[in-house]
Amino acid sequence: MEEYKPPALPSPFNNTTPPPILLTQGAEAHLYKTISLNPSIPAALKIRPSKPYRHPILDRRLTRQRITSEARCLAKLIREGVSVPAVLALDWEGHGGEEGGWGGAWLMMEWIDGPVIRVVLEQWEAWMKQNVGSLDQSQIESEEARVRGLLRKMGAAIGILHKAGVVHGDLTTSNLMLRPFKDASGVVDGTSSPSMEGDVVLIDFGLASQSNQDEDRAVDLYVLERAIGSTHPRSEPLFEELIMGYRDSYKGAQSALKRLEDVRLRGRKRSMLG
Amino acid sequence: MIAIGMEGSANKLGIGIMLHPKDGSPPQVLANIRHTYVSPPGEGFLPKDTARHHRLWVVKLVKQALKEAKVSVDDVDCICFTKGPGMGAPLQSVVVAARMLSLLWGKELVGVNHCVGHIEMGRLITGATNPVVLYVSGGNTQVIAYSSQRYRIFGETLDMAVGNCLDRFARTLHISNDPAPGYNIEQLAKQGKQLVDLPYVVKGMDCSFSGILAAIDGLAKQWGLGGEEKAREDEQKAIDFTTAADQTLESKPTRADLCFSLQETVFSMLVEITERAMAHVGSKQVLIVGGVGSNERLQEMMGIMARDRGGSVYATDERFCIDNGIMIAQAGMLAYGTGFRTPLSESTCTQRFRTDEVFVKWRD
Repeated sequence: MEEYKPPALPSPFNNTTPPPILLTQGAEAHLYKTISLNPSIPAALKIRPSKPYRHPILDRRLTRQRITSEARCLAKLIREGVSVPAVLALDWEGHGGEEGGWGGAWLMMEWIDGPVIRVVLEQWEAWMKQNVGSLDQSQIESEEARVRGLLRKMGAAIGILHKAGVVHGDLTTSNLMLRPFKDASGVVDGTSSPSMEGDVVLIDFGLASQSNQDEDRAVDLYVLERAIGSTHPRSEPLFEELIMGYRDSYKGAQSALKRLEDVRLRGRKRSMLG
Repeated sequence: MIAIGMEGSANKLGIGIMLHPKDGSPPQVLANIRHTYVSPPGEGFLPKDTARHHRLWVVKLVKQALKEAKVSVDDVDCICFTKGPGMGAPLQSVVVAARMLSLLWGKELVGVNHCVGHIEMGRLITGATNPVVLYVSGGNTQVIAYSSQRYRIFGETLDMAVGNCLDRFARTLHISNDPAPGYNIEQLAKQGKQLVDLPYVVKGMDCSFSGILAAIDGLAKQWGLGGEEKAREDEQKAIDFTTAADQTLESKPTRADLCFSLQETVFSMLVEITERAMAHVGSKQVLIVGGVGSNERLQEMMGIMARDRGGSVYATDERFCIDNGIMIAQAGMLAYGTGFRTPLSESTCTQRFRTDEVFVKWRD
C-alpha cells in the first residue's frame, strides 16, 4: 500500500522544533502533539485541513463554523469547571500570519497526560481473561468494583458536562481520558491490573453543540452505551453503574434518563442486523 | 448460465441478459435495454402512470432483449426480478410479468434487492474488490460497506433521497425530465458561477436534504426564477449564454447559479459522509452507484477526496449506473449460484426492503 502523506502543516507549525508528531488522523481532523510557547509545555494540536473537493467558500464556512464551535464549547466548559482540555490558541482563518496561506484551521489545546478509557478497559478485559482462573470470588468482585468505580466516574463527568448545557455528540470510550492523580506512579505493564485512579477528562468536541434538551442528552448516553457494547463486551453489563453515576450528578438527570428509555426503543437503525 | 434480469422499481423499465460462462471466465452482458417513462417538465412520475408504461413495454423489451442477445428461451436458466425497494405499482407490474414468463417457460424465479443489484453490478464493471459504496439515486441515499455476509449501512439520508431533492428542484425550475432531470441540472450547473448560501446538514454519518430543498425553492421564488416562462427564456439565452457568464459576482443569482450551488452543497455532504465511513472501516476504495452516481461533478469531488486519502474512486457510466436489467440479472445469478430460489408463492414485491436484510452468501 502506498505511503499516506498528511497535508503540510500550517505556519508556524511547519518550522517549530521539535516538529509536531502526528498522533491520529480522522476523516475531519489530524491530531498532533506539539509544544506551546515553551519546550517544557506540551500541547495538543488539532488541525482541520482544507478539503480541496469542496467549493472554497463552502469549505471556509464549514471549517470556520466547526472549529469555532468546538473552541466555544471548550471555553464554556472550562468556565463551568468541567474537566476538558483548555483552549490555548486558535486560528480559524488558517493564515498563520501569512497572506493567502489557507491550509485549514487549527486549535491548540492543553495536553492531557494519561490513557484513553478505551485502552484502560481493553487492558483490564485482557488482564481479566488471562487471570480469571487464578482469582477467587472476592478478588473478582474487587476487580469488578474498581471498574464500577471508573464507570461511575465517567457517568458523573458526563452529567457535569450536560449540566453545563453542552452535549458531546460523539461519546465513545476513545473520547474519554483518565488523567492519573499527580502522585500516582502510573506504571502499566500488563502484569498487573491497570490503575483506574484519576480524573475523567472529556476530549474531542468536534461534534459537540450547546443544548439543554433531554433528547440530545439521551442520544449522547445511547451512543456511548452502543460504543461500550461493541468494544468492551465484558464491561457492558456494568453500564448500569455509569447510569447511576450520571443520575447523581445533576438535577435534570432523571428526565434525561427517562428519555433514554425511549431512545433505546426507537434506535434509528431499525433493521441493522448484527 | 444465462439469466434474464427485469427491473422496474421506478420510472425505468430495464431488461438485461447476462451470461456467466461455465469455465469461470468473466461474466458477459448479452443485452442491456431500457425504456424510460418521461413525464412533462414540472411534473414527477406518478406510480399508476409509470406502472401502465411498464405493462405496455415489458413484453416488447423482453422479445427485443432475447433477439439482441441471440439466445433462445431454452438457453435461459433463471428469471431475476426486482423484489424491492421501490414504488409499489411499477414493481408490481414487473413482478407479474416475471411470474408469467416463469410459468410460460418453466424457469425458476430469483427475487433481487435493488440496492444489492447496484452494488454487484458496480463491483463487476469496475473491478473494485471491497469498496465503501455510495449508493445515490432518486429513491436511495446510503453509504454501505461489506462486513461478514451483509452489506451494512453506515450512513443514510434521514428524509428524502439526494436524487429526489435534485429532481424536485428541476420541477421547480421547469427543467426537462428528458433524458433525466438530474442530467439537465448538471448541464445547467456548468454555467453557474456564484455560490449561494444553503443549509448544510450532516449528522455523524447521516445527512438530510429536505431543508435544503425548501431553502433553494424559497430562493428560486424570491428571485422569481421558477416556472415555465423562465425555463423558456433560458432556452433562448442558451444560444449566447456568454452574456450570462459575464455577470459579476454578488449580483442576483441566475437559474444556473442555483443549480450549481445545490450540487456543490449536497455533493459535499455526500463526499463528507463517505470519507467518514472510509476512515471508520479503513478502506481506500470508493464505489459510486445509482443514477446520481453518473454525475461527473460528484465523481470529480469524490476522486479528489479519495486521492487525498491515498485511495481511488470507481464509477461507471449511465449504462450501468442508472437502473437497468443486467444488474438484477448479475445479483440474481450470484444468489442463484449459491442455491437461492424464489418459489412462485413467495414471488412478491415490497416497497421497503433494506440493503442489510440480504444474506450475501456469495462473498466471504
